[in-house]
Amino acid sequence: MSNQRTLSVLVENSPGVLARIAALFSRRGYNIDSLAVGPTEDPNISRMTIVIDVQGHALEQVIAQTDKLINVLSIVELDPIASVQRELLLVKVTTTAETRSQVLETVQLFRAKVVDVAKDAVTIEATGNSEKIHALLRVLEPYGIKELVQSGLVAMERGLKPGNTGNNSSND
Amino acid sequence: MNMTDKITGAQSLVKALEHAGVDVMFGIPGGAILPAYDPIFDSKIRHILVRHEQGAGHAATGYAQATGRVGVCIATSGPGATNLVTPLADAQMDSVPVVAITGQVASHAIGTDAFQEADIRGITMPVTKHNFLITNPDDIPHAIAAAFHIAGTGRPGAVLVDISKDALTNMTTFKWPEKISLAGYNPVMDPTDAAIKEAAKLIAQSTSPVLYVGGGIIKANASKQLMKLAEITGAPVVTTLMARGAFPDSHEQHLGMPGMHGTVAAVTALQKADLLITLGARFDDRVTGKISSFAPHAKIIHADIDPAEIGKVRAVDVALIGDLKHTIKALLPELESVFKKSKPDLTTWWASCSEWRTKYPLGYDQPSDGSLSPQYVIERIGKISGPDSIYVAGVGQHQMWASQFVGYENPRTWLNSGGLGTMGYAVPAAMGAKVGAPDTVVWAIDGDGCFQMTNQELVTCALNGIPIKVAIINNESLGMVRQWQTLFYNERFSNTDLHSKRVPDFAKLAEAMGCVGLHCDTKEDVDRVIKEAMEINDRPVVIDFNVHRDAMVWPMVAAGASNDDIVVAKSMAPVWDSQEL
Repeated sequence: MSNQRTLSVLVENSPGVLARIAALFSRRGYNIDSLAVGPTEDPNISRMTIVIDVQGHALEQVIAQTDKLINVLSIVELDPIASVQRELLLVKVTTTAETRSQVLETVQLFRAKVVDVAKDAVTIEATGNSEKIHALLRVLEPYGIKELVQSGLVAMERGLKPGNTGNNSSND
Repeated sequence: MNMTDKITGAQSLVKALEHAGVDVMFGIPGGAILPAYDPIFDSKIRHILVRHEQGAGHAATGYAQATGRVGVCIATSGPGATNLVTPLADAQMDSVPVVAITGQVASHAIGTDAFQEADIRGITMPVTKHNFLITNPDDIPHAIAAAFHIAGTGRPGAVLVDISKDALTNMTTFKWPEKISLAGYNPVMDPTDAAIKEAAKLIAQSTSPVLYVGGGIIKANASKQLMKLAEITGAPVVTTLMARGAFPDSHEQHLGMPGMHGTVAAVTALQKADLLITLGARFDDRVTGKISSFAPHAKIIHADIDPAEIGKVRAVDVALIGDLKHTIKALLPELESVFKKSKPDLTTWWASCSEWRTKYPLGYDQPSDGSLSPQYVIERIGKISGPDSIYVAGVGQHQMWASQFVGYENPRTWLNSGGLGTMGYAVPAAMGAKVGAPDTVVWAIDGDGCFQMTNQELVTCALNGIPIKVAIINNESLGMVRQWQTLFYNERFSNTDLHSKRVPDFAKLAEAMGCVGLHCDTKEDVDRVIKEAMEINDRPVVIDFNVHRDAMVWPMVAAGASNDDIVVAKSMAPVWDSQEL
């Protein structure tokens, strides 16, 4: 965990931007632990939240090289304490008549939701930081995890945003 | 809207190139780019029809390196575009401003594996500063303006604009953006005052500084400022392979080139320095040798316009991010003021540097069998043609000798492929340089291996009135590889013998391509043949210099070795006084 850093990157919402970032990280040997891309309040701008393993690389280098890409508008490291960080988890857990109530109790405890129920399984949706997601999975594991899917981390600085995100003029 | 305002995307492209100030471009037409070639026919822009797209790319690079302006090349989709990949990677590595225009299949066909389709935007992403795919003709002027802006400002580089065929044929209106502003691209021009002060402080404290000068000085046109900085500090200067000519070789503070084949004085000065004033250089492995033992005692001032170079290879003490001309201009008054209080005494430092220089000057032996020495040939070309000529090298032994023995006094007179090490660079790059500087004598100093990769552009030169001079340093080998085989592979010369003294006959080949072909086999003939070539200005000239094949490039720091282990000749390390080590 100590080598993980979270970067919040604002990029122009234009074709090929994800490929540029991915190619840069690949050719410079940076390890991406997770990556999430989505729109922002400005339709011309997307936000990427990238969790990287900086072992063997200076974070300043990763930031400087990424910032060099023309389509990258800004890049900042998010301090885990000064930011809100969330992942989304969907997990299908095996249940029997005996275990179902225990599983549902766990769901309550973690403020997760049941989004689908079948005869022998429930599908649970949970959001939270990685610690919470890991903790939930640990508790659910003994019941039997049939399938799971996890989003990349998304994160945002706490408090008021310091500046505008800038405007986009290129539509390559 | 008035229908007469409507023009095709292709017309808009050519208008945009004219607005961007393009006077010449190098290219070859083909299917997807064909619509653009119709308005090119009427344009005042000179189009030089090359014989291979790689030639177009290197010609654009040579043009840009010789003139400081953005070089332009143009090709069709698919193979036309992929043939540009090497020169684009080459230009990008050496921070040369080049814009490539490529045709792309029609937008509805993109992604269908159409005839001559290649995802050139995807392919060139890692080897360009930026690239564009344009499918809407309305976007053409802005993309061209942005491409020239990105290629030519900040740290220069290669930019590719891929335009689909329908974007070229569809109708649009032309509107040239007067000002280009890109939200994600704002190069910093001036370092902070605090950093300038800090740098001046370090320089004032240093008793053994070195000005470590890279190609950035030439890109920033900052040679005059560098001269002032050298004079005010009194520090020794070393110029990297990309910076040869940024500072006169004849200047007494110049210790020469550092690196794998650098001078003993330049390499050793870096190793012993207490401060490197790094100017537009990037701590390339060919300069540093084994990085952990490079300049072990030195603090580092690193001035560069690219923030990502700071700390990439070597941690720095002071970063000066900005244009080098601005940076040095800001540094000079600050230095004057700190030097008023105290100026370090460099006498002892200079005594050491001078000793290394005197004891281990660059040199070479004449072959004992009476055959021609390649270094002698190159040295004579430099002497006879002089420091106002432009010298363009390929890659290998001849490149190192051309860097060592020509003698450079002016920026933009030494062109070579430093970063990528592209064999075949010389002939097309010399062509581009000659087009950019038609009144200057342009020599391609090439190897027989390199020459056989791209010599077809001599046809282009002959037909378009581009009278370059080519000196083939013919050792009938891939000489640098052979040198490594001699030193590190027990003289097992696997696949380095080119037999190029038998086949081809370079002089005949030159004649067949519309050039004058000359031979030179003996030392006595060297001056005469060079002078004969100097007299020919209506056609390209090729001289086949039949040189000794076992000549080697010295000094040498073996790949991955420490710079402390520099070797001046085979198995001959410099003899140091014990106190020096």
